[in-house]
Amino acid sequence: MLNYQFDWSIITSGKYFDWLVAGLITTLKLSAISIVLAFVLGLVIAVMRMAHNKPVRWFAHAYLEFFRNTPLLVQIFFWYFGSYKILPAVVNDWLVSTNFEFAAAVIALTIYTSAFIAEDIRSGILSIPKEQMEASRSAGFSYLRSMQYIILPQAVRITIPPLVNQFLNLAKNSSLAMTIGVMEMTYQARQVESYTFKGFEAFTAATVVYLVLSILITTLVNTYNEKVLNLHKAA
Amino acid sequence: MITFSGVHKWFKQLHVLNDINLHVTPGEVLVVCGPSGSGKSTLIRTINQLEPINQGSLVVDGMDLSDKKIDINKLRAEVGFVFQQFNLYPHLSVIGNITLAPIKIRNTPKKEAEEQAMQLLTRVGLAEKRDAYPSQLSGGQQQRVAIARGLAMRPKIMLFDEPTSALDPEMIGEVLQVMQDLAKTGITMVVVTHEMGFAREVADRVVFMADGVILEEAAPEDFFLRPQHERSRQFLRQLLTPMQAECS
Repeated sequence: MLNYQFDWSIITSGKYFDWLVAGLITTLKLSAISIVLAFVLGLVIAVMRMAHNKPVRWFAHAYLEFFRNTPLLVQIFFWYFGSYKILPAVVNDWLVSTNFEFAAAVIALTIYTSAFIAEDIRSGILSIPKEQMEASRSAGFSYLRSMQYIILPQAVRITIPPLVNQFLNLAKNSSLAMTIGVMEMTYQARQVESYTFKGFEAFTAATVVYLVLSILITTLVNTYNEKVLNLHKAA
Repeated sequence: MITFSGVHKWFKQLHVLNDINLHVTPGEVLVVCGPSGSGKSTLIRTINQLEPINQGSLVVDGMDLSDKKIDINKLRAEVGFVFQQFNLYPHLSVIGNITLAPIKIRNTPKKEAEEQAMQLLTRVGLAEKRDAYPSQLSGGQQQRVAIARGLAMRPKIMLFDEPTSALDPEMIGEVLQVMQDLAKTGITMVVVTHEMGFAREVADRVVFMADGVILEEAAPEDFFLRPQHERSRQFLRQLLTPMQAECS
């Protein structure tokens, strides 16, 4: 006989419900902000990786290797415990007065994920025929402008499936932010478990939340892809 | 308008342009022909610096291309380029393809750019295709849009690099017609082509190249009726009667 008494009411109402909802909101904020920033930074790094200027290219290459090949948890600790030590006192005081855990988590998730996104976008850029660049350069666009108006819009479109994967990874990886005290979903589920010993219910709630979040991201990006981008299907 | 003086270019060991001296006057229509690998595409691509030259001097619209200080993007905005493979932007509609450069480079207001684009589309006979995407158009239509895109910047010079070579035979005529109409407007044109009918009717001058060298430079009637060089005669024989040439 199972002697564990299920009590779903704990997580569906009252104080613990509020905790979980607060966790959900933090996870959504953390993921949304980091996804947008990681995407923009990924675009920038991808273009830098392909620049004609050697130092720029090498910097981007080093960035990619460095952040792709070190564990995210170490990077989170680095930004949270490490960057703290080298910043001026004034900045530190200001950071402490704000939500420093959250900021450190955003920075770590953004930088880590941007490295993967940059590689995906780079392979997208490489798959665009070089004649597209020739056409836009001969129209009078600079290299960067050509990237902006001609190459990247096409490259991003064909990069969407791998990009969705990176966005999903980021949303799931955001659970690591609990290690530095960001009160996101996993942190709150853990809290509920500590207070109630109802670990099954609490982590089931967290599991469902991550699942729904992932499906939501996939659906959003795919809808955007179909509605907006696929209208202009390339030959 | 365009002056080549002692221009050389190498691709590694290959001497693709060998001492090119050529002057194109404003409003002139110049046809460049020659066997494949003769350097004619490279020649036309040097004019807007898609291919930089290695030696000599090339002055286009008063700008010396060997001068590192010139703003090449400014020159390119004045020179339209039409490619063999059209190279329309597949993610933009026809009107988007035509208005992108005027809006982003010339800061033309969107409405004005679109009005101008519609005039150009009407001119190339494709007004009803304004909202189509390149993949929905035939090759001949894409090339006409590409010509309209080039003209949207109101260029002083239009360059055509084998504009009909990638087209099915029945579509060649519609593109040549547009080019012929364009030639009448007095714009300077340099056209790399194998269309000898077009050269004969529209060109002011024909340049014949082989192995990176300009072998002959003549008015069309002289070039076609009295070619001076053995290579030109051979080339024309092959173009006009390909079967015979192979058998002889």
